[in-house]
Amino acid sequence: MTRTTRRYVEWTIERALFACAVGSVLVTAGIIGVLLFETVAFLREVPIGSFLFGTVWTPLFSDAQFGVLPLVGGTILVSAIAMAVAVPAGLLSAIYLSEYANPRVRRVVKPVLEVLAGVPTVVYGYFALLFVTPLLQTFLPSLSSFNALSPGLVMGIMILPLVSSLSEDALHAVPNGLREGAYALGATRMQAALRVVVPAALSGISASFILAMSRAIGETMIVAIAAGQQPRLTANPLVPVETMTAYIVQISMGDTPAGSIGYRTIFAVGMLLFVMTFVLNLASDWLRRRFREVYA
Amino acid sequence: MIRPLRPLTTFTSPPGAAAPPTGVKIAVTGLDFFYSQKQALSAITTDLQANIVTAFIGPSGCGKSTFLRTLNRMNDIIPGARVEGQILIDGHDIYHPGTDVVDLRRRVGMVFQKSNPFPKSIFENVAYGLRVNGITRNRGELEGRVEDSLKAAAIWDEVKDRLSESALMLSGGQQQRLCIARALAIQPEILLMDEPASALDPIATQRIEELIYQLKTTYTIVIVTHNMQQAARVSDRTAFFWLGRLVESGPTEQIFTSPTEKLTEDYVTGRFG
Repeated sequence: MTRTTRRYVEWTIERALFACAVGSVLVTAGIIGVLLFETVAFLREVPIGSFLFGTVWTPLFSDAQFGVLPLVGGTILVSAIAMAVAVPAGLLSAIYLSEYANPRVRRVVKPVLEVLAGVPTVVYGYFALLFVTPLLQTFLPSLSSFNALSPGLVMGIMILPLVSSLSEDALHAVPNGLREGAYALGATRMQAALRVVVPAALSGISASFILAMSRAIGETMIVAIAAGQQPRLTANPLVPVETMTAYIVQISMGDTPAGSIGYRTIFAVGMLLFVMTFVLNLASDWLRRRFREVYA
Repeated sequence: MIRPLRPLTTFTSPPGAAAPPTGVKIAVTGLDFFYSQKQALSAITTDLQANIVTAFIGPSGCGKSTFLRTLNRMNDIIPGARVEGQILIDGHDIYHPGTDVVDLRRRVGMVFQKSNPFPKSIFENVAYGLRVNGITRNRGELEGRVEDSLKAAAIWDEVKDRLSESALMLSGGQQQRLCIARALAIQPEILLMDEPASALDPIATQRIEELIYQLKTTYTIVIVTHNMQQAARVSDRTAFFWLGRLVESGPTEQIFTSPTEKLTEDYVTGRFG
């Protein structure tokens, strides 16, 4: 290759890579742009106050009402059940893996746990609907076929590896000197783990919780399949509810004409969902960065 | 406050006046130590006297830190580590299966090379050992013991107005004295120090050395150092390690001025190491 061709090839590669980077940024910006555009169009017809704080969600009825709280409530209910499963189980398994398990066990168990994260969510959804709900109905006869409890529990299992794996990373990153310091003062393994290592890793651990919550809020398939499609503002986990994500699926799959107010609701709900998960991700990122600074 | 360096007492005081008459605190017989396959200590036999400062010197990797960490069984937490031989503290075999390691470590405190304060408040750092050992639940007593320990570690005046601040805000030298206070809080009998001043500047080092000098009236102190001037300044007895073996031990003055082994002489005169 002559020097000119070489320079030309270099130039082309650099431009091509730059185009790839710009492309992905532009696509993201485009998605946010469409979301914003349709949301603004929606809010021109529905005042933002009655959207955010209204308690009745009936966008397709002739007497349409656009209070998003039942969807937000459904989302929070299912996510809270999921967190109630994932946080204790995930944290305890992280403590076990980081502080108790011998390295051989850790090398085997950690990847196995992470495989759970690779199961397609549609499998979890049918698992919730066709296995967990009937199982729970044998103890809870009043449980509806569609409900918040069963998808919540299954979602908890789904996000458990996220919590345990990231928390384990945070615990593992705590300098050994702190453990030795605790042992040297006559601490038992549990006292060292619970009173020194876990508090020292707390920001990393909370980052994993927040990330898991963000994942739970955005999770779609499990709730679309097993939670039902009845927007209902309730804290009762035994009855059908509808989450924000499940609502978007419902309308997207239906025959709502483009440009109608019903069609625009999915962008407004999508925007709200985006803002919620975005804020959670930022919080998680901030916590993790702070954690790194302490032990850099 | 900067005080002048204590003179090199071991060189200036008349022979025989340095060490007070004391008994054997730690008796080591035929100690071998292995990291998995690699033997790190061979046939260590020595007695460590009560209420004096014993310094371990020797080049890097000679086993002095490993030996120190066998004395409170800190090496137990290293996978594959194995000990043979016998260590008696006050006549009790610390590697006997019936020995309570937690109780042993309460009696044998340790200060590490890299200061390792917990990411908690200054107060909680010192109170930690008292809490985990259930020594006191009484708030007033807890505060009293924290204050006493901070005073004993000569750091009370610097931190008394900010006990609730994070220990990580302290300077390196202060952190190390805090770690000493933390170790003293549970009133150990023996204090093991693994190069406690190696990461500190000369002034902070001087303060630690003065502190060691004050503490030896109450505690049996064993210090690992690769700074020979430091060993000469702070210790009453010195043991020289080389390739996992204890080459020679004796009164510090003798080790530095008239060692019996050629190897010791070469090391202390700086011919290698």
